Amino acid sequence: MSNVFVLTEHRRGQIRDITFEMLTKGRELAEKLNGKLTALILGNNIKAQAKTLTEHAEEVLLIENPQLENFNSDAYQQVLSNLIQQFKPYLTLIGHTSYGVELAPRLSVSLKLPLATDCIGLKLENDQLTITRQVFGGKVNVDATFNEAEGYIATVRQAAFPQEETEVKGEIKEIPSPLLKEGERKRWIEYRLPPPGEVDITASDILVGVGRGIKDEGELPAIEELAKVLRGVLACSRPIVDKGWLPNDRQVGSSGKTVKPKLYIALGISGAFQHILGMKESDLIIAVNKDPNAPIFSAADYGIVDDLFKIVPALKQKISEMKA
Amino acid sequence: MDIIVCVKHVPETAEAELKIAADGKTMESIGLVFDVNEWDDYALEEAVQIKERLGGTVTAITVGSDAADSTLRKCLARGANHSIRITDSKIENSDGYAVAKILHSAIMNLPYDIVFTGAQAGDDGYSIVGPALAELLDVPHATMVKKIQIDGSSVKVNRELEGGLEEVLEVKLPALLTIQTGINEPRYVSIMGIRKAMKKEIKILALSDINLDEEEVGESGSWIKVEKMYLPPVEKQAELLKGSPEEVSAKIAEILKAQGLI
Ligand SMILES: Cc1cc2nc3c(=O)[nH]c(=O)nc-3n(C[C@H](O)[C@H](O)[C@H](O)COP(=O)(O)OP(=O)(O)OC[C@H]3O[C@@H](n4cnc5c(N)ncnc54)[C@H](O)[C@@H]3O)c2cc1C
Repeated sequence: MSNVFVLTEHRRGQIRDITFEMLTKGRELAEKLNGKLTALILGNNIKAQAKTLTEHAEEVLLIENPQLENFNSDAYQQVLSNLIQQFKPYLTLIGHTSYGVELAPRLSVSLKLPLATDCIGLKLENDQLTITRQVFGGKVNVDATFNEAEGYIATVRQAAFPQEETEVKGEIKEIPSPLLKEGERKRWIEYRLPPPGEVDITASDILVGVGRGIKDEGELPAIEELAKVLRGVLACSRPIVDKGWLPNDRQVGSSGKTVKPKLYIALGISGAFQHILGMKESDLIIAVNKDPNAPIFSAADYGIVDDLFKIVPALKQKISEMKA
Repeated sequence: MDIIVCVKHVPETAEAELKIAADGKTMESIGLVFDVNEWDDYALEEAVQIKERLGGTVTAITVGSDAADSTLRKCLARGANHSIRITDSKIENSDGYAVAKILHSAIMNLPYDIVFTGAQAGDDGYSIVGPALAELLDVPHATMVKKIQIDGSSVKVNRELEGGLEEVLEVKLPALLTIQTGINEPRYVSIMGIRKAMKKEIKILALSDINLDEEEVGESGSWIKVEKMYLPPVEKQAELLKGSPEEVSAKIAEILKAQGLI
């Protein structure tokens, strides 16, 4: 009842970063609980990955089955239900990712264990677990507690916690898979890679990113001119792609590209964490937003609180003058 | 195809100034403009397009106070045939799980082939209602769907993964799908269209109508309980450049020059 489970997220043989972030946080919580940190890994032919996890957790539970070759939330749910009912961890951590979002709510309902999603903070004080999450596009934080139960489940935001190295030498325990015949309700078929785009924004040293603040597709040429004067390339937030104003090879963020240019200028982008994930490693970030409380200002090095339509022409002019 | 679309009436907050209410646990809603949740817009459009291709009905359903009627009217104007709103003072402070239970009690006796929800709500961002509702309804599900092909008794869907990657799944009907933005182009609704929709019925249900116990909703029926709402602590803040557009532009140009970027 005082152990912490971390579900390993892996795709195409690669353990994803969120796993190590959760293991770091999980270790801290397990120590406070005087419990054990256990990494769970479900898959097929994944002994090498399980071995990697022994450097991060005292115990690694390995469950292999051909049905677990690719992520299928139905199969994962069956296996996890069994493990959680058998070992009764205090807390199970799952990534708030495309996999975790598919899996966690259903698992929680079926096990009758409360779930908190998209956590950016997990704190134990006097045996009370408090989670922190964000609402309203990251403009407000919420601290919340769980309604009392035998155990809890939380999904964790990507890059919310750091990864730390440890000296742990854990042990692998193989657990026979409880899966019987293949489920019929949901079948995994294949991956679809994004079509190669015309422009590779990851190759550009200078990116000018536009967001929903531009309001109208007709504003794009003016922004593109600024990008040109800077010898940079136009990039954007997701809504611009969703509206069909720019192709998806221009999208920066968790479901788009991860970019690391020397300069990223964010124009009318609020700074949702999915966007920040894709550009926070840029060397220099300048943000223009008329809302002084926009989260983008805590990711940027320099900020201008103003109307982007006033700044863009003035900036274009200044840079042209300077180059002349 | 009979399709049920779960929608939520949410405040637009990207550009709004937000104030925490005096209780420190909720948001001041005065001055906020509410509209259909962005993800639900795409879900409703997808449902209407399927109906236009294959026939059937679309029912929009929401949990909320009478202010949410404007969101249902928009759905009706866009092509929903029916609309339902579940309301009760006890519903306040319900999290995604409690809302899923309410929707389940209302939907379980309705005929449907597919239930749609948005992949998340833009206000509380739980991403819980869809898959939790699927478990309660005991139907298979897929989340963050970017493409749907219906063939007979099943659907093939493309789910969005990270970094632009997608995966294709086959899901047996009836099923629940949560819709990701960008799957289609939500149609424009004219004021006229909304006015016409004013004449359509919105069916209003209370908890007693759907036989759901008060204990199952609100704080007691939720997984989590909000203790405190606050503005995010500032860990790092950009250096703000002040002055006229010309002045700040000159400052930026200097910074870029100093860094060898011009
Ligand atoms: C699973 C998932 C994956 C996602 N992946 C991505 C992703 O890869 N990339 C991504 O970007 N998003 C992604 N999103 C969406 C993300 O959550 C946000 O909705 C999105 O980033 C918001 O884009 P925005 O900042 O352009 O728009 P908004 O949040 O609407 O912000 C617009 C901003 O413009 C400002 N503004 C308005 N007018 C002006 C003006 N005249 N001058 C100056 N400022 C102005 C406003 O103050 C506001 O801050 C994802 C969401 C989900 C659920």
